[in-house]
Amino acid sequence: MIRLERVTFGYGAEPVLRDVSFRIAPGESRVIMGPSGSGKSTILRLILGLDYPWSGHVYVDGRDISSMKFKELQQIRKRIGMVFQDGALFDSMTIGENVGYYLFEHSRLRENEIEQEARQMLQFVDLDQDILDRLPEELSGGMRRRVAIARALLSTRPKLMLFDEPTTGLDPQATQNVLALINKLKEVEQISVIIVTHQIADAFKLADKFVVINQGRVVFDGDFEQLRTCETPEVVEFLTPFRNSIGEVVKRHFI
Amino acid sequence: MLKKLLTRLKKFIFEVDQLSRFSVRMILSLFGRPIYLAETMEQMYLIGIGSLFLITLTGIFAGQGMALQFSMELADFGSKNYLGRIMVLAIVRELGPTLTALMVAARVAAGITAEIGSMKSSNQLDALLAFGIDPIRKLAAPRLIALVVMVPTLTVACDFIALMGGWVIALFISHISTTTYFSAVNARLTFGNVFIGLLKPFIFAFIIAFVSCYKGFTTSGGTKGVGRSTTESVVISSITILIVNFIITKVVFTFLKGYL
Repeated sequence: MIRLERVTFGYGAEPVLRDVSFRIAPGESRVIMGPSGSGKSTILRLILGLDYPWSGHVYVDGRDISSMKFKELQQIRKRIGMVFQDGALFDSMTIGENVGYYLFEHSRLRENEIEQEARQMLQFVDLDQDILDRLPEELSGGMRRRVAIARALLSTRPKLMLFDEPTTGLDPQATQNVLALINKLKEVEQISVIIVTHQIADAFKLADKFVVINQGRVVFDGDFEQLRTCETPEVVEFLTPFRNSIGEVVKRHFI
Repeated sequence: MLKKLLTRLKKFIFEVDQLSRFSVRMILSLFGRPIYLAETMEQMYLIGIGSLFLITLTGIFAGQGMALQFSMELADFGSKNYLGRIMVLAIVRELGPTLTALMVAARVAAGITAEIGSMKSSNQLDALLAFGIDPIRKLAAPRLIALVVMVPTLTVACDFIALMGGWVIALFISHISTTTYFSAVNARLTFGNVFIGLLKPFIFAFIIAFVSCYKGFTTSGGTKGVGRSTTESVVISSITILIVNFIITKVVFTFLKGYL
């Protein structure tokens, strides 16, 4: 479904990602971890075609998007749901308009039909329908994140969703809600998810397979057990502060 | 020193190149579908009706100020009856288009850059792309159309109000009769003068749209970056308007002098 092949990319003169390669099969979910500034979010931007790699290839559903023209790319983007780090809700629109935005733009549905769809989607993400007429600034961070998920879901009913730091800046309760929602998407809706996070404790609750990025390079790509026993210095250094979280996962899954 | 100058020159050439490419993309986005009619109408309202009060004030006081100065100077030569003619030349050819464009640049260009820049820094432009929507077609094209329609319209309004301001001064301070003033105005409202007075705002509208949208779309550096882009947008638009105004005047005087 997604394949990155020797991708190198940067914003200035220095590359942010160097020779990054990994693949995600259909139906699989993956957490991309790494310290801040290691290039995790850049990977999502490349998968969505928001940036083009300097060298290497990005394949989505077998098609190389790294040399695609704008219009072709727009068709690919329509099949992927993206939840940006801060939700990226349109701040001058109401929650209802945000959630139903894709349908407003791309469907011939009437306004009341779109509103109905938006209501259902808000219900799916466990939000009250009475927030429909409120502005994003009136909601808490966790609610905004769930609205962003609802908006992405209502767009094209995607089979792949990308999450950029979905729990960063949220309180423990909001974090649990968002994590539960992502798991619901995976298990109930059978949607593949790629999650970028530096919150290790959350990462283990979201996927069984992980990619660890350090200074723009993939230093680990494998499952939990391989991660736990990995002796690569960068991985060990990155995971050391989170040994308790790893211990909890071991208890939960292996004991 | 020379190295610094070269770096600045390189940066300037790069910016001009990027702005040109962006402007071409903006123009191309006017063709094809989807057409964002509602957004275009909304922008026309915001730019046109929203700037009307500002343009009215500008027109009244610029017109009155000019009329006062001209009438005193003309009185020394015993030619104050020509006030209307001078007013048309000053207002319709030069001040009307320039002042309107500068006011719109200050009010609208700043707003456009700040709005698009904030959307850029909060990933809303990326969110549009993720939804398969071209942000240039969605955000820049409606603003370009609205400016191209409304800046000439506002200029006509400004010209009219300034000439009326001049009439008030002519009547009550310079003691020139209404008939004398308006027949002098009418004498200089020739095709050439009206043409140049409408050509300028049309071109200024493109300048404001290109610069303000480009600065919005290339904003970086968070809130501080939005502030910086907004300031740059107003400064660059204003300076470019003044330079282009001179160039148009020069070109018109060279090639169309017979029509003026």
